[in-house]
Amino acid sequence: MFAANLAAQAAGLRVGMATAKAQALVPDLIIKDAGPAADAAGLEKLALWALRHYSPIVAADPPDGLIIEATGAAHLHGGELAMLNDIVARLAAAGIAARAAMADSWSAAHAIARSMTKPVVVVPMGKSAETMLRLPIVALRLPADMVAQLQRLGFVWIGDLADKPRAPLALRFGPELHRRLDQAMGRLGESIEPVRPPELLEFRRMFAEPIGAPETMARYTGKLVVELCNLLEAKGLGARRLDLLFHRVDSQMQAIRIGTATPVRSAKRLMRLLCDRLETIDPGFGVEIMSLCATLAEPFETKQIRTSLLSENPETDISSLIDVLANRVGEARLYRFAPVASDVPERSVCKVAPAAPPTGQDWPAQWPRPTRLLPNPEQIETVALLPDHPPVSFSWRGIRRRIKRADGPERVFGEWWKRDAELATVRDYFQVEDEAGERFWIFRAGDGENAATGSHRWFLHGIFA
Amino acid sequence: MGPRPAIAALREKIRRIEASNRPVAAVLPFHVPEIDTRLPSGGLALGAVHEVAGGGNGALDGAAAALFAAGIAARSKGPVLWCVIRQDLFAPGLSQAGLVPDRVVYVEAGDENEVLACFEEGLRHGGLGSVVAEIGRLTMTNSRRLQLAAESSGTIGIALRRWRRQSDAADFGQPTAAATRWRITALPSVPLPVPGVGRARWLVELIRCRAGESADFEVEACDAQGRLALPADLANRQVYAPTGSVRATG
Repeated sequence: MFAANLAAQAAGLRVGMATAKAQALVPDLIIKDAGPAADAAGLEKLALWALRHYSPIVAADPPDGLIIEATGAAHLHGGELAMLNDIVARLAAAGIAARAAMADSWSAAHAIARSMTKPVVVVPMGKSAETMLRLPIVALRLPADMVAQLQRLGFVWIGDLADKPRAPLALRFGPELHRRLDQAMGRLGESIEPVRPPELLEFRRMFAEPIGAPETMARYTGKLVVELCNLLEAKGLGARRLDLLFHRVDSQMQAIRIGTATPVRSAKRLMRLLCDRLETIDPGFGVEIMSLCATLAEPFETKQIRTSLLSENPETDISSLIDVLANRVGEARLYRFAPVASDVPERSVCKVAPAAPPTGQDWPAQWPRPTRLLPNPEQIETVALLPDHPPVSFSWRGIRRRIKRADGPERVFGEWWKRDAELATVRDYFQVEDEAGERFWIFRAGDGENAATGSHRWFLHGIFA
Repeated sequence: MGPRPAIAALREKIRRIEASNRPVAAVLPFHVPEIDTRLPSGGLALGAVHEVAGGGNGALDGAAAALFAAGIAARSKGPVLWCVIRQDLFAPGLSQAGLVPDRVVYVEAGDENEVLACFEEGLRHGGLGSVVAEIGRLTMTNSRRLQLAAESSGTIGIALRRWRRQSDAADFGQPTAAATRWRITALPSVPLPVPGVGRARWLVELIRCRAGESADFEVEACDAQGRLALPADLANRQVYAPTGSVRATG
């Protein structure tokens, strides 16, 4: 038996059992022939998918894993945790139950992903070795018989092995044991041979002498970009995602990934984006191969720009600025707001991509809306007459304010189609002005009469200009 | 007293030496004569950085200052970039000052250095109408970089100064290379004959103005097109002598 799903494991079946035994345990067991070749091909396809979406350095980790080098790529997905959550969610949407871990080395990530109960784990930088000590030795990627022998000798946790003298163990089990242990502890590096699709547009430069100076790297980046842009032009494509890989002399690999909002094949723009991130590369003892590839290329549409002589406001193209900023702060933190048809203030805005076509919509202008909205409404102490009068005074963050003028209520009903709990809830919003002229947007949870509609507490939600 | 022709000619000469390769000074007028006459060339200079801060509690929440900046951005031509550290702007509120959502791209930069970098990037690009950035600390060196970036493209840069603590707001007195410096404070609005809240009023202080003098204005807040207005009870009063009656002496 090669694999068992969660239901089978709950029924007591284990990988490595004989089929007859499994059938004896579960009479109506569904058995399918294992297809190692098809599995490997599927894993390769997943690796290519991850290469296109997440990181320039991705490899299949047979039999059941993917290894993704996230350095220099995680910030584009809103950080490490957000990236892992996104991976797991997307795989789950495709019907694959996945677990993901982020750690300092391949071995550590491999072990932690397979041993922890949580589906998504991010181990802080430099803490991987500590975490590894508490994991079982099964997680070490050792041959199954070696694990069995170690267990027979009483080694259960990696921590048990880590502080034992090396010589006797090496004599008994060979060098493999300590190689894996050192890799797990981050003492021994391990290079990832990234997966490459056959149709990838790629250019490489090999150097007789390793290079390390930033100017030299920038110069060769420029040469590679020009070559790639010529090829893109010949094929009528534009790059959406570019990877620049640096193979170092110590067989480590470093990478830069840039993304663009629209297909681009202008050498100047791509060069600018790559050089912005060149400072994140640590050449170590030198770089011997640089390779540039367009991981994602799309057909390039040429369009005629309207001349500024005819129109008063020439259409300005800010996609180059969007690319520069998106590669700086990450795509998720660059956005436009768009209206959503909802009366609940928090839900009335949504974020859209900065390069998305204009929606042409606006919020209704007849209701006053504040300039700043607090992320969470803050409770305030008020003196107010029920049911439909604004407060006479309120205190917020320790300051008491007398209300001179007020407008309201604007009643907002809960959206029962979103959440059952909002079936009866009501918020009454008031715009109030204090003695100094400062204006606030406050609301009462509830309609002031019926306790089912809310707690009748008052909250401050926004600040007007 | 009007400037003498020789002085005016000298000023023009100096301006040309200073700005040999810069575009001609274009301005974005407020369309409020009382404010525009106080500004050199009759409006807010394009291709320059302007500082805006809130007064009192506004130094922390920056609500009035943000709406003032939104009004300027709404009246400038082209897309707008708005850089913040953490997002707490409410786009429907800005839209009521005329800044429609399709025009504004927000950057959530995370820290002050990143905000400055995005601010400069936006100013240098040239395709934007205006760039607004919410910053606390602004040193002379940083502001000069920003000012040069703005001059190279003709984009209006608005440094929306906002601080975590009231004590940090003293930083607003430090010299910077910005062309103008404004402070916006909320004033009590005029009572309406019926219960309700009228149009907001601001005390707009022009604290510093390059090649101009500082001044205070009491105005009504931005309308749906981002325009300020002089309150009706002040509009009919002659605060300053009209420009037509200025006479030269000597």
